[in-house]
Amino acid sequence: MSAAPFLTVRDLAKHYVSRGTKLNILEGISFDIAKGEVVGLVGESGSGKTTIGRSVLRLVEPSSGSVEFDGTELTTLSAAQMRRTRPRMQYIFQDPFASLSPRMTIGEILTEGLKIQGIGTRKERMDRARNALVQVDLPAEAVNRYAHEFSGGQRQRIGIARALTLAPEFIVADEPVSALDVSIQAQVINLLRDLQQRLGLTMLFISHDLAVVEYICDRVIVLYLGRIMEIASSADLYARPQHPYTRALLSAIPSPDPDAPRNRQILKGDIPSPANPPSGCVFRTRCPVALEACAHTIPELREVSPGQFKACIRDDLN
Amino acid sequence: MLARTPSHSPGPMARAFHRFGHNKAALFGVCIILPMLAMILSYPLWWTFKPNDIDLLAMNSGPTATHWFGTDGVGRDVFVRVLEGGRISLLVAVASTIISAIIGFLVGAISALAGRWADAVTMRFVDLVMTLPPVIFLLVLASIAGTGIGPTVLVISLLSWPLLSRMIRSRLLELRERDFVLASRGMGAGLGHLLFRHGLPNSIDILVVYATLQIANAILLEAGLSFLGLGIAPPAASWGNMLNAARSTAVLEQFPWQWLFPGGALVLAVLAINFIGDGLRDAFDPRAELN
Repeated sequence: MSAAPFLTVRDLAKHYVSRGTKLNILEGISFDIAKGEVVGLVGESGSGKTTIGRSVLRLVEPSSGSVEFDGTELTTLSAAQMRRTRPRMQYIFQDPFASLSPRMTIGEILTEGLKIQGIGTRKERMDRARNALVQVDLPAEAVNRYAHEFSGGQRQRIGIARALTLAPEFIVADEPVSALDVSIQAQVINLLRDLQQRLGLTMLFISHDLAVVEYICDRVIVLYLGRIMEIASSADLYARPQHPYTRALLSAIPSPDPDAPRNRQILKGDIPSPANPPSGCVFRTRCPVALEACAHTIPELREVSPGQFKACIRDDLN
Repeated sequence: MLARTPSHSPGPMARAFHRFGHNKAALFGVCIILPMLAMILSYPLWWTFKPNDIDLLAMNSGPTATHWFGTDGVGRDVFVRVLEGGRISLLVAVASTIISAIIGFLVGAISALAGRWADAVTMRFVDLVMTLPPVIFLLVLASIAGTGIGPTVLVISLLSWPLLSRMIRSRLLELRERDFVLASRGMGAGLGHLLFRHGLPNSIDILVVYATLQIANAILLEAGLSFLGLGIAPPAASWGNMLNAARSTAVLEQFPWQWLFPGGALVLAVLAINFIGDGLRDAFDPRAELN
C-alpha cells in the first residue's frame, strides 16, 4: 500500500473476566492503515468489531498489544498526553439516538469538543459548529435546536459533524448507517465518502453490510470471533475471496437480479461463545471445508497473493 | 430537510415545567407556599409587633383584633412569632438542603466517575453514615454542635446527604456508559467536564425532587430538634421551639392558639412542599416523555 502506515495495530488483545470465566474478545489483531485509506472491518455481531474500533482510540483500554498512530504509541500515553492527541482521531457512533445528549442543543453538542480542548472564543466555536452543519448538508440555524427535533438520518449527520469539528485526521465509523432506513443509508454513505475524499480522512469503517463496505472501502478486514480471517483490497476480496468464511459471507449478499444464479452457502449454527472458543481455528466448527488438522493448528495470517492475507491452512481449495 | 419540524419545539426542561403546570395538587401546593413565603418575608413592613415585644397587658390572651393569633405566657404576639419562626425554619431548611445537595451530588458523582477505588471507598463511607441510627446520631451531633442556626443547619445537612449520593451515583453509573458521554471522553473530556456538562444536567430531576422533599423533611427535623431543646434556642422563635414552649397540659388545654398556629403553619408548609415535590417528580418522570 504505502511506505509508512498511519496507524499500526500489533497483537491487540482484549480480555474480560466475567464471574471467573475469561472472555477473549479480541486475540492477536494486527493491521495497518495508510494515510487517506479507508479500511473496512466486517464480521458478525459479537465478533469484536466495535471493541477494535474503541480500543484503537483507547475508549476501551486494550489488554495487550500496541497501537501506533502517526509514529506515536498510544497505549502508553498518559491521560494528559492522550487528551491532547484525541482531537486528531474521532469516533462516529452507530446509534444516532444514543450518541447525542438530549439535554444539549445542537450548538452545545457541536462546540463541546472545541470547548474541552480550549480552542477559540465562544463566537469562533459557534461559527465552526455552523460550518460543520453546512458540511453535512444541514442548515446552520439548527444550532439552536435539540436533538429530539431531528430524524435518525439528520441525527447521524449531526454525529458526523461533531466528529469533524475537531478537524481529525483519522475517524473510526462504527456502523454509521446500520440504524438507518435503507433510503437514508445511501445519503449518509455518500456524505461520508465525499467528506473522506475532500478532507483526505483516514478511516476505519466498521460494518456488517458487505455491499456498503465494497462501495466505500479500499481494503477490508474480515473478523470472526475476535480473530482476523482475511485481509485484502476490496477488489481482490470481492473477486477472489480466499478464506472459506469470507466466501460464505459474500455468498449471502442479496443480489438485485432475480435471475442471478444462487449458490448461497448457509453457515450452520451461531458464532461460538468467546468464553469457550473452539481449539485451533476458531471458524472450524462452522467451516464447510474443515479438516481434522484444523482442530490442532491455529492458522497464521499469511500473504497468499500480493496484498491479500488469510488465516486458513487450506491452500488446496479453488 | 427541516420541513417536518417547522416550529421550534421546546427543550426537555421546558416540557417538564409544562407538565408541572397541569398537576392540580402541585399547583395547590404552590398556591399555599407562595403567600406563606410572601407573608414570612415581608411581615416587618406591615405588622406592628416584633417577635420579642412583650405586651404585659395581654398575657395568654386569645385571638383579638390586636393580636390575631393571641399571645403567649409572657405576652408575646403569636402571629409575629409564627412568621418569624417560619423565617428561621425555612432558612434552616433551605440552607441545610443546599449543603446536603452539594455534598450528596459531589460524593455520588465522584463515586460513579472517578474509578473503582474512589467508588469503593466513598460507598463504604456512605454505608457507614447510613447505618447510624438517625435520631441518636442527630442528638449526639446536636449536643456536640450546640444550639443556634449554624449548628442546626450543620447537623441536618450531615444527616441527609447519603440518600442523595446513592441516587446520583446510580444515575451517573448508567450515564457513564451512554454513547454521548463516550463521545465526550473521545474528545478529551476530563472529570470536571463530565461532572458539570453531563452529570449535572442529567441529574437535575433527581436534585430538584430531592431538594423539595428534603426542605419539608428538614423543617420537620428542625422542629423536632428544637422541640427537644437542641435546635433553635429561645428566645429566638422557630416552629419547633414554639411547640416545645406550649407543651404543658395547662397550655394545651387552656391556650390552644399557642400551639395550634405554629403547628398548623408547620403542617401546611410541609404538606404544600410535599405536593410540589411530588408534582416535580411526576413532571421529570422519563415515562411522561412518551406522551
